[in-house]
Amino acid sequence: MKENKKFRIIVLAKQVPDTRNVGKDAMKEDGTVNRAVLPAIYNPEDLNALELALRIKDNNPDVEILVLTMGPPRASEIIRESLYRGADKGFLITDMRFAGSDTLATSYALAMAVKKLMPFDLVLSGRQAIDGDTAQVGPQIAEKLNIPQITYAEEITDINKNEIIVKRRLENGVEKVKSTLPALVTVHSSAPDCRPRNAKLIMKFKHAHTPSEEVQKEYSQILNNRSSLIIEQWSVDDINADTEMLGLSGSPTKVKKIENVVLQHKESKVLTNSDEDIKGLMNKLISSHIIG
Amino acid sequence: MNNIFVYCEITDTGIVADISLELLSKGRKLADRLSVKLEAIVLGNNLKDVKKQLSYYGVDTIYLAEDSRLFPYLTLPHSSIVVDIIKKEKPQIVLFGATSIGRDIAPRIASALRCGLTADCTSLEIGDYSENKTGKVFKNLLYQIRPAFGGNIIATIVNPKTLPQMATVREGVMKNEKLSQPSNPQIKNININNIVDDKDFIVSIIERHIEAKKVNLNAASIIVSGGYGVGSKENFKLLFELAGLIDGEVGASRAAVDAGFVDIDRQIGQSGVTVRPKLYIACGISGAVQHRAGMEESAQIISINTDPDAPINKIADYTIIGKISEVLPKLIKFYKEKSK
Ligand SMILES: Cc1cc2nc3c(=O)[nH]c(=O)nc-3n(C[C@H](O)[C@H](O)[C@H](O)COP(=O)(O)OP(=O)(O)OC[C@H]3O[C@@H](n4cnc5c(N)ncnc54)[C@H](O)[C@@H]3O)c2cc1C
Repeated sequence: MKENKKFRIIVLAKQVPDTRNVGKDAMKEDGTVNRAVLPAIYNPEDLNALELALRIKDNNPDVEILVLTMGPPRASEIIRESLYRGADKGFLITDMRFAGSDTLATSYALAMAVKKLMPFDLVLSGRQAIDGDTAQVGPQIAEKLNIPQITYAEEITDINKNEIIVKRRLENGVEKVKSTLPALVTVHSSAPDCRPRNAKLIMKFKHAHTPSEEVQKEYSQILNNRSSLIIEQWSVDDINADTEMLGLSGSPTKVKKIENVVLQHKESKVLTNSDEDIKGLMNKLISSHIIG
Repeated sequence: MNNIFVYCEITDTGIVADISLELLSKGRKLADRLSVKLEAIVLGNNLKDVKKQLSYYGVDTIYLAEDSRLFPYLTLPHSSIVVDIIKKEKPQIVLFGATSIGRDIAPRIASALRCGLTADCTSLEIGDYSENKTGKVFKNLLYQIRPAFGGNIIATIVNPKTLPQMATVREGVMKNEKLSQPSNPQIKNININNIVDDKDFIVSIIERHIEAKKVNLNAASIIVSGGYGVGSKENFKLLFELAGLIDGEVGASRAAVDAGFVDIDRQIGQSGVTVRPKLYIACGISGAVQHRAGMEESAQIISINTDPDAPINKIADYTIIGKISEVLPKLIKFYKEKSK
């Protein structure tokens, strides 16, 4: 059966608020984050993951890349962005019942969605998302799918139908590991940047939409006849998930409290850069044995 | 039952890694607070000195497995063994380093046990939690405190209904507190052949290059740290000169690293190293939350900055208003004069 099938790569991608540029207006009085003012972007390391998938496809036309994202309806943008770069098809998992999920519940939902796309050969995701920085979802999905995980990939040095060799970036070095497939690989930011959007693909996919997205009237007729422009949208029921294992009820971790980061004011002695001030300070540091 | 476990990482020299010793130090305190035992899980090969090493950290029990297949670390066999131990021993808390290894194994284990896990904690405490909806009070939970949302907020996370409560902790966040008197930990040898099978070895390491740390900021008692305000790689030489004289190490902010002034292994802060030196000299650093997260615990802080309103000044003991290129040469000059 599998022989004449395409080699299937599933890329997991997330839309995240751009926490790298949190300005003053992004923090509310009560110390919570005003997500509305933060731009929503493609999680950076998920783009690295997409690039590694595209590189496998560059060398082998028998590869198909499916992008899976979970989030609010507007996260379909992530799928269009993936199609513009060379992905073949996208799936959006969206349902109010996912709200409040921690990493365990999220990984359960994503694992159920991945199972719907079986048989797959490789799952790629970013190492972590910049809104939580936990790096937990990838390994948790691998465990739920009962497949090996290879974390922090910088490069896929070799891949064939049955095996993959990955160079991993560790905090104190690098490691090359070999695994059988299927496997799940999380991708580190040191992997190559994702290629830019391709103009032809933008033309082709700019009207790609989920069933719930409004499409201009005159297009809808044509679009509905072109399956390549349909972004599939799945609910809890579509992925056969148990609602008890989702959202707040499926999340063992609870947020007890959220605090703004407060500056612990100290009584700071302010000095000028005059010889006198600096000499005085240095002498004090030496005589109190902080220095020397 | 109900004890505190620490998963210990093993270095290439066959000893327990610093991060794990820090976790054991914290674990000992939590165990005393809860009147339970502190237990260590140590998986590796040729671990002769581990018992002696851990006896100085108040460990009550060491779960030990020695097998040539357990070093270097591989996800599947290690997680199978830890899951097996947790199922049998039912700890209430399990701690891991927020390292390449800890962040790889802990989520796999949490998924297998369907328990909660909090990443990159910067503080751990014990306290009660009352559930909003029901008013039910859960006693003596582990407060897992971590920065969230790019470091802009601090969240306290609890796992009221599932055991064990698991967390990863960044290196340098907890103090390494070696005891003066050794204890006598009990060793429980684990027969791994009953736990792992061939499927656990379908991933294999074919090449490995581990470099020893070039800079050890955690060990430095004085850190001269530079930010974007230092201005250039050239100007950083002043920081290296001062650090060399006063027996310090050079650190940096992310903006300085991103600008290419120094290497990333000197980065201090939320996505770099956490330090707590005797003296921290912040040169041209504005003091963003993510930077402060890595140096706030320094005993004394001196800020050198052209901007009197830079946030870092608020946590500094001394603020020198002035340019790096003028202030540092003077500090160097007066140090040389005085120490002659
Ligand atoms: C998720 C996330 C993680 C992060 N992690 C880290 C981290 O681990 N570590 C970290 O440091 N940052 C981190 N950051 C970045 C952080 O938000 C700041 O951007 C960074 O710390 C700023 O560095 P800086 O203070 O050197 O630069 P700036 O903010 O640009 O400050 C430069 C300072 O130099 C002063 N100055 C300018 N010229 C001179 C002069 N000639 N002499 C003296 N003073 C001068 C200025 O007044 C200013 O105060 C992170 C950000 C995010 C979103």
